Amino acid sequence: MIKLEQITKQFRLSNRTLTAVDAVDLEIREGEIFGIIGYSGAGKSTLIRMLNGLEKPTGGRVTVNGMEMSSISGADLRKARQKVSMIFQHFNLLWSRTVAENIAFPLEIAGVNKAEREPRVRELIRLVGLEGREDAYPSELSGGQKQRVGIARALANEPDVLLCDEATSALDPETTDSILDLLTDINKRLNLTIVLITHEMHVIRKICHRVAVMEAGRVVEMGDVLQVFRSPQQPITKRFVSQVTESPDVKQAISQLVRENPDGTLIRLGFVGERTGEPVLARLIRTFDIDVNILQANVSQTHGGTFGSIILNLVGDEPAVAEAVEFLHSEGVETEVIERD
Amino acid sequence: MIEQLFPNVDWDKMWEATLETLYMTAVATLFTFLIGLVLGILLFLTGPRGIYQNRISNLITAAFVNIFRSIPFIILIILLIPLTKFLLGSIRGPNAALPALIIGSAPFYGRMVQIALAEIDKGVIEAARSMGATTWTIIRKVLLPESMPALISGITVTAIALVGYTAMAGIIGAGGLGNLAYLDGFQRSRTDVTIVATILILIIVFVIQWVGDLLVKRTDKR
Ligand SMILES: Nc1ncnc2c1ncn2[C@@H]1O[C@H](COP(=O)(O)OP(=O)(O)OP(=O)(O)O)[C@@H](O)[C@H]1O
Ligand SMILES: [Mg+2]
Repeated sequence: MIKLEQITKQFRLSNRTLTAVDAVDLEIREGEIFGIIGYSGAGKSTLIRMLNGLEKPTGGRVTVNGMEMSSISGADLRKARQKVSMIFQHFNLLWSRTVAENIAFPLEIAGVNKAEREPRVRELIRLVGLEGREDAYPSELSGGQKQRVGIARALANEPDVLLCDEATSALDPETTDSILDLLTDINKRLNLTIVLITHEMHVIRKICHRVAVMEAGRVVEMGDVLQVFRSPQQPITKRFVSQVTESPDVKQAISQLVRENPDGTLIRLGFVGERTGEPVLARLIRTFDIDVNILQANVSQTHGGTFGSIILNLVGDEPAVAEAVEFLHSEGVETEVIERD
Repeated sequence: MIEQLFPNVDWDKMWEATLETLYMTAVATLFTFLIGLVLGILLFLTGPRGIYQNRISNLITAAFVNIFRSIPFIILIILLIPLTKFLLGSIRGPNAALPALIIGSAPFYGRMVQIALAEIDKGVIEAARSMGATTWTIIRKVLLPESMPALISGITVTAIALVGYTAMAGIIGAGGLGNLAYLDGFQRSRTDVTIVATILILIIVFVIQWVGDLLVKRTDKR
């Protein structure tokens, strides 16, 4: 569906060249929700803007639905853009137009006549749940409602791909969830391929099938969301995952516990799906002559299933603790020893 | 009563002069609006962050705008006498003032248009591009509607300035209230004529301001 081959984008600054995107290879499947996560300045926006030709790569090739977006221009590019639509962090609605007129705008661009525009706009307003607000101006809408208009507008020309650039970053948590639900809904209903970028792991966890982690213009890790959550490889990925699995409160509580229990080894266990940790834990306690303290346990829901994590403090002889960790490994439990500072 | 207050005023002449002022202001405002829009859009599109970045056209347009914006109007009138003669065959009458009025104010308004367009949220233009809009569509359906309140308040200010310019143009014989106030009022020491002409000019200015404010309010949905 979408294929990026060795995509590089450099910006020429006054005194040097800045490589915003650095040799990225990606393949995004039809009908999937693909997330790209990274901190500010990682190059996410630059990357996603190359998918609809708003930015031209300085190297490599971008193919979307058989169209080589990186090489077409003029009328061909404009035509292709009608099928690769975009929503934005700040919604970017025309304040001079009502909700209905904003949604009609891409239809006007595509040359759809007025008689056909009207029913289509009505249908889109219903799809995003904005019945009754069609004659409101954007200034009269809440952030969530504005993004719904943005989504309806993006869907007007029945695109194959929807690009979301931080589409929920300006919204409060509850509104974020309602917009994410809407995106999931249209993904299923219209079999729409969605590419979204964010710096919030919550967004990835809630709706994405696969995720790519970007750092300094490179994709440093990629995979199924559940897999990445269960066993993040790169330090940056671990930090993103802990955004969801560890609240700041818990982190503080753990460091408190660490200070209070200077002895012992702290380990984090990851569990996936319906399998619970209990039988393994029970055997761990029965088999080894060590004390096992559960410091923290939680369960998170991802699009692909549930996963949980438990943080244990193992206290006992060093060989016994080492053996216990070895045992957990051999049971196939994702195990990570938390270093003490 | 009115006869006693303004003994020297010839009301037919006053009315004729008012119409001339209105005519000059209206026609000059119309052309200033159209030419200023073109100049402002050119400046914006070819500017440093425009869609058609082009240093050379931008420099040429900017130079044109800056030069004509800076020449004092009274000097511009004199400079343009040959052109006016060539275009109209005469330098007298309301039409004779038009070239100077338009050339004097269109670059000024062009700058205002450029500033108004620069105020538009970049994201909105980008959204239109991402939908596959042509530049022409962006101009018509994004740039102009989204900057309409600023364009209207700009043309209001310009039209009011033009009323003042017509009075100045009156001095070289273009007719209108300024001409009347100068020739009949000042030069013949008939203060009442000057006062009536002034009041009429003020009324014209207030009406323009009022209509402009009303239109700005109507179009501003932010
Ligand atoms: N038009 C441009 N000219 C010069 N540099 C640019 C341009 N656009 C982006 N950059 C630079 O490229 C880098 C990546 O920017 P980008 O906007 O893609 O990051 P991002 O991951 O989207 O960050 P954020 O989360 O803040 O939106 C940044 O260092 C940015 O300053
Ligand atoms: Mg960004």
